[in-house]
Amino acid sequence: MTDAHPSRPDLPPASAIGAFGWLRRNLFSSPFNIALTGLASYLLYLTVPHVLHWALLDATWSGDSREACQANGGACWVFIRANFEQFMYGFYPEAQRWRVDTALLLLILGAAPLFVRTVPNKFKVRWGLGLLLVYPLVAFVLFKGDLFGLRAVDTSRWGGLLLTLVIAGVGMTAALPLGILLALGRRSQMPAIQTLCMTFIELWRGVPLITVLFMSSVMLPLFLPVGVNFDKLLRALIGVTLFQSAYMAEVVRGGLQAIPKGQFEAAAALGLGYWKTMALIVLPQALKLVIPGIVNTFIALFKDTSLVLIIGLFDLMNTVHNATTNPAWLGFSTEGYVFAAAVYWLFCFGMSRYSQNLEKRLHTGHKR
Amino acid sequence: MNGRTLTTTLVTAVLLAAASGARAGTTLNTIKERGYVKCGVSDGLPGFSYTDEKGKFSGIDVDVCRAVAAAVFGDSTKVKFTPLTAKERFTALQTGEIDVLSRNSTWTSSRDSALGLNFTGVTYYDGQGFLVNKKLGVKSAKALDGATVCVQAGTTTELNLSDYFRAGKMKYTPITYDKSDESAKALEAGRCDVLTSDQSQLYAQRIKLAKPGDYIVLPEVISKEPLGPMVRHGDDDWFDIVKWTLFVMVDAEELGINSKNVEDMKKSTNPDVKRILGVEGDKGKDFGLANDWMAVVIKQVGNYGEIFDRNVGKGSDLQIERGLNALWSQGGLQYAPPVR
Repeated sequence: MTDAHPSRPDLPPASAIGAFGWLRRNLFSSPFNIALTGLASYLLYLTVPHVLHWALLDATWSGDSREACQANGGACWVFIRANFEQFMYGFYPEAQRWRVDTALLLLILGAAPLFVRTVPNKFKVRWGLGLLLVYPLVAFVLFKGDLFGLRAVDTSRWGGLLLTLVIAGVGMTAALPLGILLALGRRSQMPAIQTLCMTFIELWRGVPLITVLFMSSVMLPLFLPVGVNFDKLLRALIGVTLFQSAYMAEVVRGGLQAIPKGQFEAAAALGLGYWKTMALIVLPQALKLVIPGIVNTFIALFKDTSLVLIIGLFDLMNTVHNATTNPAWLGFSTEGYVFAAAVYWLFCFGMSRYSQNLEKRLHTGHKR
Repeated sequence: MNGRTLTTTLVTAVLLAAASGARAGTTLNTIKERGYVKCGVSDGLPGFSYTDEKGKFSGIDVDVCRAVAAAVFGDSTKVKFTPLTAKERFTALQTGEIDVLSRNSTWTSSRDSALGLNFTGVTYYDGQGFLVNKKLGVKSAKALDGATVCVQAGTTTELNLSDYFRAGKMKYTPITYDKSDESAKALEAGRCDVLTSDQSQLYAQRIKLAKPGDYIVLPEVISKEPLGPMVRHGDDDWFDIVKWTLFVMVDAEELGINSKNVEDMKKSTNPDVKRILGVEGDKGKDFGLANDWMAVVIKQVGNYGEIFDRNVGKGSDLQIERGLNALWSQGGLQYAPPVR
């Protein structure tokens, strides 16, 4: 069979279209690609069945103790189910967990208008800024309590995904404005401000986050007077925010440098002062340009929150680790870490998709 | 000067500066005013301190904290647990972030002196041991000549292992792992014949294996790892309270008093029992505590044997033998001075 369409000479031969054509074009187009395809299939053949058997086919889904898992050879997802609440809330008192749920619900309701396309942009900006100012306070009161008749819940009891989100959320919302200010400061004409910002950025960028956390938790208390302790979570939050703001500053500075000189001159010609030039002309363009960089930093920050386990804060990662040391559930660390990885991936992938969506809407790629 | 010495020197220097500000004799008052004891525990160690699905702390180290709270307040729940990593633990105690550190720390001379801290006793006599497959037919560590040994990298465990085999003129091949999970998997896969670690941890490792029954912990202990609670230098009254809380629990086991029979035992004619339960004498006043504080500790937390069984012994998943931790009268090392 040489010609698949004797009656339609205008159509390509069958071997070039359809599934067969796709395979040929993408997987078997040259001897080298054929070899690669073969190798990849072999590797998949080696791993996929094992993973499938472990994670799904031989896995245990029901039951409430380790005994339930002993019969099957696969993963013991019962471990995740039994500890799920702990993974989400940490040691947050059970009777008070509705407060965390309420805060999450408020966030979803509050942020919803920002994601609706028909809402005018001007309103979105005002609403967003208002949310940024009001929501952290509301969430703090709900989590911490001790006000309006809510029972006090010490920060040492916050844990699990809740704590991960608190650290990541505070880190992101505080590091971005701080980073913008630092970036502007570093490009400032005033030597004092420029030196100050540069020193700050280079200092914080030059040390690993793990050292910052370690200093905040182990060394700092030694320098304070005996008996004076301030909250461990607060110390970690400050550390993470300052650290990330230095990175953010450099990302934003990259965007500022990409703005042509003409834009500054045009703003000056219009009679705009420094702050108005920055706020109305330069930053909107610069920030749009560096969305990938900002989101990259956000994603790195989100994953870096797991480092707080070295200072004994029980974020998602440490809560999972802690659950694996319960003698009733010894030996299921693989399941625990797979679950933690999945949760981290879900959040990071979500952020990445949102940023792509944002870029598309703002046309920052200039359609190249 | 290596990194560790440098750290120790630094910490000591800072401490000397801080020590001048330490207030002697007021720890108990501070705690009473605050309304709860602040106790540092481990960030997750099977049998010693861990949390269950509901986030409730359990373990030997945790029970020591509860006992101290029962001694001070007559209520074992008046305690706040602070999970600490190995690196933070001493700083937390030195700076007053916690009142007691009960976190499986080995009692060594340097920790008892240079750190500015005091060990108050031994809650658990641990030591490095060996876990082997029954199939090997090995009954003693002396028969391990030529064995392949799985060991955790960069720990004193590695050092002790080498010393032990050299002293016995035996050969071995070490395989090092970074995580305890990995070494357990290696033993199971037959990569090594023996797994070495602190005995208390070997029992936890054994549970992780698919067939725990096929493996045994050899009787030999090749290092001394006495674990105990710690307090700061400079407040002997508080030191006494924590120390005697532990002694009382050991004495109670020796006298046959436990959490269930403590009320009945108050009617006992044995003068030792009468004193410890506060029926006779005023043993509370000496410590600045309620007169029946010892009875309350036993009633709310239990005697030493109960604590051991419930957390690591027969009544737990770990199934650790009493061994060195049996009472002195039963061939172990647990011995407490009399209440008198």
